[in-house]
Amino acid sequence: MNFDFSDEQKQMRDEARKFLSEQCPPKAVREVLDGKAPYDKSLWKGLAEMGFLGVAIPEQFGGAGAGHLELCVIAEEMGRALAPVPFSSTVYLAAEAILIAGSDAQKQKWLPKIASGDAIGTLALFEGKGNPTPKAVKVTANGGVLNGVKKPVPDGAIADFAVVAARTGSSGRESDISLFIVDLKAGGVEVKSLTNIDLTRGQAEITFKDAKAEPLGAAGEGWSVITQVLDRAAVLTAFEQVGGADRALEMGRDYALDRIAFGRPIGSFQAVKHMLADMYVSATLARSNCYYGAWALSTNAGELPEAAAAARISATQAFQHCAKNNIQVHGGMGFTWEFDCHMYYRRANAVALGLGSLSYWEDALIDRMRKKNAA
Amino acid sequence: MNFDDTPQEAEFRAIARKWIAANAPKEFEEELSKSSLGRIRLAKHDMVEIGKAWQKKKAEGGWACLHWPKEYGGRGATPIERVIWQQEEGVYGKLTQPFQIGEGMCGPTVMAWGSEEAKRRYLPKLAAGEEIWCQLFSEPSAGSDVAGLRTRAEKKGDNWVVNGQKIWTSGAHYSDYGLLIARTDPNVPKHKGLTMFFLNMKSPGVEVRPIKQANGMQEFNEVYFTDVVIPDSQRLGAVGEGWSVSLTTLMNERMSIGARLATGVPEMFEFCSNLMLEDGLAIDDPAVRSKLASWAVKASGLKYTSYRAISALSKGERPGPENSIGKLVSGLMLQDIATYAMDLEGAAGSLTGADEEQANGQFQQMLLSSPSMRIAGGTDEILRNIIAERVLGLPGDIRVDKDVPYNKIPTKGR
Repeated sequence: MNFDFSDEQKQMRDEARKFLSEQCPPKAVREVLDGKAPYDKSLWKGLAEMGFLGVAIPEQFGGAGAGHLELCVIAEEMGRALAPVPFSSTVYLAAEAILIAGSDAQKQKWLPKIASGDAIGTLALFEGKGNPTPKAVKVTANGGVLNGVKKPVPDGAIADFAVVAARTGSSGRESDISLFIVDLKAGGVEVKSLTNIDLTRGQAEITFKDAKAEPLGAAGEGWSVITQVLDRAAVLTAFEQVGGADRALEMGRDYALDRIAFGRPIGSFQAVKHMLADMYVSATLARSNCYYGAWALSTNAGELPEAAAAARISATQAFQHCAKNNIQVHGGMGFTWEFDCHMYYRRANAVALGLGSLSYWEDALIDRMRKKNAA
Repeated sequence: MNFDDTPQEAEFRAIARKWIAANAPKEFEEELSKSSLGRIRLAKHDMVEIGKAWQKKKAEGGWACLHWPKEYGGRGATPIERVIWQQEEGVYGKLTQPFQIGEGMCGPTVMAWGSEEAKRRYLPKLAAGEEIWCQLFSEPSAGSDVAGLRTRAEKKGDNWVVNGQKIWTSGAHYSDYGLLIARTDPNVPKHKGLTMFFLNMKSPGVEVRPIKQANGMQEFNEVYFTDVVIPDSQRLGAVGEGWSVSLTTLMNERMSIGARLATGVPEMFEFCSNLMLEDGLAIDDPAVRSKLASWAVKASGLKYTSYRAISALSKGERPGPENSIGKLVSGLMLQDIATYAMDLEGAAGSLTGADEEQANGQFQQMLLSSPSMRIAGGTDEILRNIIAERVLGLPGDIRVDKDVPYNKIPTKGR
């Protein structure tokens, strides 16, 4: 057993951290936060040049072919820096769906473009309120065209293509759902930006009116692919969340050392120390669950569904906990637009919902643990 | 990142498994697997006697105190091998409870500070369970502030004469030796006047009195010292260096306490899987599932945190105080789980006794015992201070008594 990243992977993490601290300082994040740009295009290009977009895409499809452990360490850094780019939608959702279900031709068409930063992709799954279930999918696919409305779609307004879950049957079973790839720049697609609490990452509503769609994977197997994609994305997103949680903890710690009140650094008061210690505890538990998830993801282990749910829950809780208490440690200054605390608070609470809510994953974890216990 | 055994690890596991299959006291397997949360009860046998027999057998087979050097009764095993052994030992590991303080704290302190002669004399017998050790640190007036302890050791010729009182000493009533920290100089600030010793618990003047605890049980003791003579050869470290020596012990305490932590989660999962509520099984209730899931990820987080510590150890890195999170998380979780399990049973949840509930009364017992988990071995608050100061680098508390000679510190007459 070796329950740690390798020296090469740690080196890649250091490189990513250095790159992001130079190319994605809070000032750059604020350009998107303040609505001056929908995403950071030069950072996106830079990530492609560094090989980070295609790190887990095989070399034959234009990627670096490194693997998912490498992608995990990069994800952590992206979360830490609050990188305002469509990384999670393109890399964890669209690319993973194509890697799992795509034909060779589809992989040849899309994966090199993802790796080079020339195509932004996303997954169009949700249709209004509620968690991911086959029943909630109402968009229909008939005769090669889609009809219906998807929202929210992460990065939908800037995406070039989407993997779309659509209904191809009415038996009431999972096998009613199939996946499609839709060129979002083609006819029959209307895209509307939606506002959301995380101003550094866009959400959109996409309306399909007889939009041309190409099947992704076999008909009726869409939900099984969605489940796999969500599990894989849950681990990767959990690394982003741990990166964000760690940064929020550091910000709180640094401020507690710096800020003087009652003649002492506020970090010398136990009320503040204990709050920060509890943040450290939740971030540490989340990190350890994430490492297990990373192992399961990289080896495609049978434990992946359970490990992914555990990583997701733990990291969601940790990021929310650290982000809100970081504001608390900062006091009034933490509630100003000028301080960065709110950017982490916004991200923590938006990313907590993106793949389905906390209660959805709690439910999934218990189901998966029961299945294992019964086996 | 790899969870599989290496070929060497797999070979070690196979050897361990074979040895356990041939030697473990299988007649106790069922009883042991039912006793949970560190509370071991054998209906017709004395736990310490059965534990001693298993420990002796392990020592003869080379399976005791695995990570210790061979010359001191261990096996010279790697940290990973120690984990593999614990996994394979399974429920029989519960029999090692009386030896854990010796193996985890007293032994390592003797190993770090004792003379070669002392190490060869005491450690193999400790490893073999022939001699049980206890730890004599806490006092009625020195709990979290253990450096404020009062027990006096005064030099008389080649000996030390000890007077005072210790408290919360687990296993003192069946221990043969004790690790004792005492004040040797009251005229200097409190941390500077302490010295570490070990002594025979059967020495004249040592009196062990059991404490009746809040949960009705008697596991801890008070130990009184009246003119107890300890030879200077049983001193560990220099005179006045007792505080530094005690840090070795406490660091090891945190490691060993983290090793086999009870979280209550498997018990709670099973309980909820079988408990029938008005609308069906408890585990099908969304509120129950939400709580269970939150506890489950804490338990798995602790497990993998310890795996990370073991991986660091096996690379020759020293595990840091971050291991303090184990007890901090599990203590409170045990209490919360117990409270919630009883809540699910409604009014009948308050009933105790093996016939009353589906779960052998374990949650009622857990409820009554769990306050001690949040206090023993460092209170939740002390552990948070340790994390804040040593991991996060926050300032230490303001200590008004730090530079004051011990005998000038106000005591309010107590």
